Amino acid sequence: MTESAVKKVTEHSPEEIERVKEWINTEEYKEKNFAREALVVNPAHACQPLGAQMVASGFEGTLPFVHGSQGCASYFRSTFTRHFREPSAATCDAMTEDGAVFGGQNNLFEGLENAYTLYKPKMLAVYTTCMPEVIGDDLTAFIKNAKTAGHVPEELPIPYANTPSFNGTHIHGFDAMLKSILEYLTKDRKVEEKCTGKLNLIPGFDGNIGNLREYQHYLELMDIPYVMMPDISEVFDSGCDGNYKLYPGGTPLEEAAESINGKATIALQKYSTVQTMRLVNSEFSGVHEVMPMPMGIEKTDAFLMKLSELFDKPIPEALKKERARAVDAMTDAQQYLHGKKLAVFGDPDYLLGIVSFLLEMGAHPYHVVCSRATKKFKKEMDALLETSEYGKNCSVYVNKDLWHMRSLLMTDPVDGIIGDTHGKWAARDAGIPLFRIGFPIIDRVNLHRSPVVGYQGVINMISMIANKFLDIKDETCEDQWFEMMR
Amino acid sequence: MAERKPIEGVTIEKTEKLIEETLACMPEKAAKKRRPHVGANEPSASPCAVKSNRKIVPGVMSQRGCAYAGAKGVVWGPIRDMVHVSHGPIGCGVYSWGTRRNLMQGIPGVTSFPLDFTSDFQERDIVYGGDIKLEKLLREADELFPLNKGLSVLSECPVGLIGDDINAVTKKMEKELGKLVVPCNCEGFRGVSQSLGHHISNDSIRDFVIGKREFEEEVGPYDIALIGDYNIGGDVWAAKPILEEMGLNVKSIWTGDCEIEKIAATYQVKLNVIHCYRSMNYMCKVMEEKWGIPWIEYNFFGPTKIAESIRAIAERFDDTIKEKAEQVIAKYTPMAEEVIAQYKPRLDGKTAMLFVGGLRPRHTVGAYEDLGIQVTGTGYEFAHQDDYDRTAPEMAKGTIIYDDVSEFELERYVEEMKPDLVGSGIKEKYVFQKAGIPFRQMHSWDYSGPYHGYEGFKIFARDIDMAINSPTWKLVKSPF
Repeated sequence: MTESAVKKVTEHSPEEIERVKEWINTEEYKEKNFAREALVVNPAHACQPLGAQMVASGFEGTLPFVHGSQGCASYFRSTFTRHFREPSAATCDAMTEDGAVFGGQNNLFEGLENAYTLYKPKMLAVYTTCMPEVIGDDLTAFIKNAKTAGHVPEELPIPYANTPSFNGTHIHGFDAMLKSILEYLTKDRKVEEKCTGKLNLIPGFDGNIGNLREYQHYLELMDIPYVMMPDISEVFDSGCDGNYKLYPGGTPLEEAAESINGKATIALQKYSTVQTMRLVNSEFSGVHEVMPMPMGIEKTDAFLMKLSELFDKPIPEALKKERARAVDAMTDAQQYLHGKKLAVFGDPDYLLGIVSFLLEMGAHPYHVVCSRATKKFKKEMDALLETSEYGKNCSVYVNKDLWHMRSLLMTDPVDGIIGDTHGKWAARDAGIPLFRIGFPIIDRVNLHRSPVVGYQGVINMISMIANKFLDIKDETCEDQWFEMMR
Repeated sequence: MAERKPIEGVTIEKTEKLIEETLACMPEKAAKKRRPHVGANEPSASPCAVKSNRKIVPGVMSQRGCAYAGAKGVVWGPIRDMVHVSHGPIGCGVYSWGTRRNLMQGIPGVTSFPLDFTSDFQERDIVYGGDIKLEKLLREADELFPLNKGLSVLSECPVGLIGDDINAVTKKMEKELGKLVVPCNCEGFRGVSQSLGHHISNDSIRDFVIGKREFEEEVGPYDIALIGDYNIGGDVWAAKPILEEMGLNVKSIWTGDCEIEKIAATYQVKLNVIHCYRSMNYMCKVMEEKWGIPWIEYNFFGPTKIAESIRAIAERFDDTIKEKAEQVIAKYTPMAEEVIAQYKPRLDGKTAMLFVGGLRPRHTVGAYEDLGIQVTGTGYEFAHQDDYDRTAPEMAKGTIIYDDVSEFELERYVEEMKPDLVGSGIKEKYVFQKAGIPFRQMHSWDYSGPYHGYEGFKIFARDIDMAINSPTWKLVKSPF
């Protein structure tokens, strides 16, 4: 290239910037944006091993173990730590170029031995990143060989899941790891005629510890013995008492092993538990139910009635009062939500729950966006919307991202967005509030401790949404409209 | 440089004993691998005895990231007017979206792009290859974000494993789009840490960016480039004004809040001043060899080091700059002294242990010392020998130096050395806070900042004080 051919550093004119700034909010832009075939911009989902790590973290004494590239392990740990503001232990076997050539067996051997010696886990839960999946590592053989060669004791449980990131999302990795752990722990544990009398509760991929505690609260009030699988409630919400605990909680392994003889198994998410429930249906004793997340009154009612039916226990007075308080909160605040239009994005099961709640409140779910979902989900969501006049005119978009959602917000405005932190850019551009429900929430404190399921969840969601709309009114109204009461 | 004053209670013997006892808990092979990476400091030792830039020991729980993280998160992400494509499966782009705090000016989605662009590889892309998709994707990105000044393609693991040729695609698309389209083969499995990602990115700049643009205006005698400041929490906005007040023209910044075409034209400057040596020394050396541009390292943490650095930079110029440099120091020193007067009485005699990345394990030591805090241990996630050689003289004798420390080790070192503050990353933060030890994230400034320059020192001092002296720590132990 000759000197004269070198281009000058350029700047855009203010007019050009202004033109594009307006243009990206137009219908014309929206059409172009929706015509995208290859580019994904601001997706609202993550990859499989993240979900697998959540499961691995939720079992007693279990160290999550990433087979593959080291950077992935750091990303997963950082993601959970930012969301929960809690430690998130996980290790990896750090495959590099030579692993790509020779396979990752030697890394796995060394990694398992070191992890076992240093961190003394009761179980190592292994899941994969893209790298070993592309080169085709055989984990069944590798783990068997590691035990045979004495790197880890024969009796140490090491379930594993294949969780390639180029397939599915974090909810599918959750499913794969949970299925694998349950399959491993319950093997040969089924005893005919034996019944633990317990409920196996599978909450699904849920970053809200408050939700898990709410389930526990119900089960304790109803005096139903249970085992939650996985149980991240203590793991990702452990107190600060001057002692760091590497394994602060999780589902006891023995209880998980006995879950195969349970009285009943309930999954409270459908799309994140498909494989697991397939296992449960074919192997586990008792009754098996897949229920929607209990968000809103009706779905909470259904959950409690199901518990009552399965365990032949009455719904206690205390819960009737909780229900009444939640309905009271709804009737008190309905005027602040009625008719509000909302865009909602997130994981399939969460979306179904949020939409149910909005419909009960008389709010309009208006744009529903799921950046990775099946047609089956869309059908289910459409059917849910059809149950209410408030679901009319709502459009459901699957496999569309948050940049698509931005176009929807700019061309067909709504009053607010419900979703995780990643929605904050779109919310800012549209000048509307973001109600943070989902995962991850990395820019506000304590929301992961505030349940959105059950009756308390109804109250919490109303407070969050209604009070924000009232704040906006107070902050933006002209002086003559500013008043004491709202 | 005079050797540091010894720190009370810190000796080589004690530190060596701690290291031996800690590593004795590891399997023999792992301990043998780890041993050269930890040591008691000998300030005058050259080279520093602590070894670095080796593979992670599998299974020990290292805090390191990968080459992609070094490329996307560190070097490319902060360039504000480019579309950075995370090429491969969904995760890498999502996890690195907005999680480094490299702030930028501009209108998001119009003139700046703090967004997550990805090719979201599916199984079929692994089987059939992603080159055709990439080509289409770049076209779509350019159409939807027309004011971008360039596009970078950052490869994730599968791309290299399946043998895609992103370089051929970017070459073709650069021609078609008439913009800089840069390939970066930074697959996460390459190398041993983030560091190789920095190096690969520097090479991409060398091979595909620099020299392709020139500045509109005439080159002046005071034209410089600010290298290795990523504008974490606004650092560039606190550092650049100091250089400008000295009379220097900061023509480009690598890469915090910067523009790609200015990077391309940087070969025209007279001096490169480099803050993060680790991530950007490669291109400084290239510019020195190819265009004869000298470079100088500097340190804008804490008034002592800032003043030293201002003078050292001014030395490279004429008396006009030297005079202005003294004026800058004279102007800001009283402000810094006020900060010290406010906070030093609350912090004097405290100790801190650090474990961070690029430059901070050594560069921030002076800022702690300005506040009366002594650093009893330090180490890097991904440093090389030259970083440790620069670190040894900054630390007192017998302090502990750890490279790529595992969580197991760091916990024990901290338990034994009992610092009043740990400064490290998000993954370490709550481990220590649960134990009741005050902590600041020193990669992200814990959602605060800037920490660079005189303005930054004010905030740094406030933050360190509030971390150590927060009344919340008193409640950790329950009375019952």
